[in-house]
Amino acid sequence: MNSKIYSSAALALSGEVRDGMTIMSGGFGLCGVPSDLIMALKASGAKDLTVIGNNVGCDDHGMWHVLANNQIRKVLASYVGENKILESRYMSGEIEIEFNPQGTLAERIRAGGAGIPAFYTRTGYGTKVAEGKETRQFPGQDGVPEWYVMETGLTADIAFVKAWKADAEGNLIYRKTARNFNPMMATAGKLVIAEVEEIVEIGELAADAIHTPGIFVDRIVLGSGYSKHIERLTTRPRAVAAAAGEQF
Amino acid sequence: MVWTRDEMAARAAKELRDGYYVNLGVGIPTQVANLIPDGMRVMLHSENGMLGMGPFPYEGEADADLINAGKQTITELTQTSYFSSADSFGMIRGGHINLSILGGMQVSQAGDLANWMVPGKMIKGMGGAMDLVAGVRRVVVVMEHCEKSGAPKFRRECVLPLTGKGVVDLLITDLAVFEIDKRGGAATLIELAPGVTLEALKSKTEAEFAIASSLAMP
Repeated sequence: MNSKIYSSAALALSGEVRDGMTIMSGGFGLCGVPSDLIMALKASGAKDLTVIGNNVGCDDHGMWHVLANNQIRKVLASYVGENKILESRYMSGEIEIEFNPQGTLAERIRAGGAGIPAFYTRTGYGTKVAEGKETRQFPGQDGVPEWYVMETGLTADIAFVKAWKADAEGNLIYRKTARNFNPMMATAGKLVIAEVEEIVEIGELAADAIHTPGIFVDRIVLGSGYSKHIERLTTRPRAVAAAAGEQF
Repeated sequence: MVWTRDEMAARAAKELRDGYYVNLGVGIPTQVANLIPDGMRVMLHSENGMLGMGPFPYEGEADADLINAGKQTITELTQTSYFSSADSFGMIRGGHINLSILGGMQVSQAGDLANWMVPGKMIKGMGGAMDLVAGVRRVVVVMEHCEKSGAPKFRRECVLPLTGKGVVDLLITDLAVFEIDKRGGAATLIELAPGVTLEALKSKTEAEFAIASSLAMP
């Protein structure tokens, strides 16, 4: 019987990656990043990749490994700070970066997955982001005509998704802010591979609580030895916070 | 006397209203989270996919799956909800967020904002700033009035690449507060920091502005 479950990220990706492909990868900073799949992408050695994601990893983490291995030609992202290799390759012209406003990037992926070739947004009108793009007036939030920019939907050859739990059908549930770009990317890849922390029995996930229905997910991999990284650990000491009653 | 960073944050906090959904940028705007008046219900939105942001976690209780848009570890509240980036920016683009308070590099008298790139320097990206200024109903910018070099940041036109055109409603600096009619393309001085004269303000401002009748000028 056909099963979506693969025993490792390497097997799930085996024979699927070719030079020049477009890869989407979920995550915001280091949160909700499919790290095993990214390491399998590095091991594939495929070159000239176009990578779509909010960030491109950061020093020593996530997609940074694929970048450091000279496999990426172009990046679509909204923020690429804290990444020295990307900085130097961008400044030297070795890598092309297409900066997208974060919401425009999210909506382009959502649209791509939903079969919508293009949409209009007010975001970026009158800025570099709108250069060379069609603009058009529509009624704005308060009914007065405003200028909008046409943005196109995005799809990928392969989409990497990081979820918390999956069942064998491929139904997915995400955890807290690790959801971010993952649900949209799950709809926008020709091949969608979900890396999860736990694979549960069918029926264990409440049908009403499923975030990504299994129809979108082709392959499932149980992530190995989860060590989640924190980019900026911020805490408050107990006594002081209680005394001051601070919110932050 | 100029306003301190704490005083600028306190002035920005006066823009909060009961029931508001609010997005705060990094820097001085983040401090506004500590200044929500008792008894006022304000829900903080984090554009990476959370409404109802709580305080930083206690030591040893940080959760790698729970961060804000500045990638800092935070906590949830009983009323917190999580959602995707597409839903999060739907809230922003769709005008469901009442107020955004963010920093700026330059603001023009017509309400243009530049805060994401300096030509010739490494571009890190705009993140969610372009979406926020284009979609949030009221946009408040908090910034120093001048650069360290003394160059004015409130200008006739922004020199730096724009984050949004005609998007700023209120500008709070360490010297003054300006209300901007972004449709009319005109700014009005509504408050001056104590001890700052109009002449001193004008000498540090390139933008043209009207003076509110409520401001009794000595």
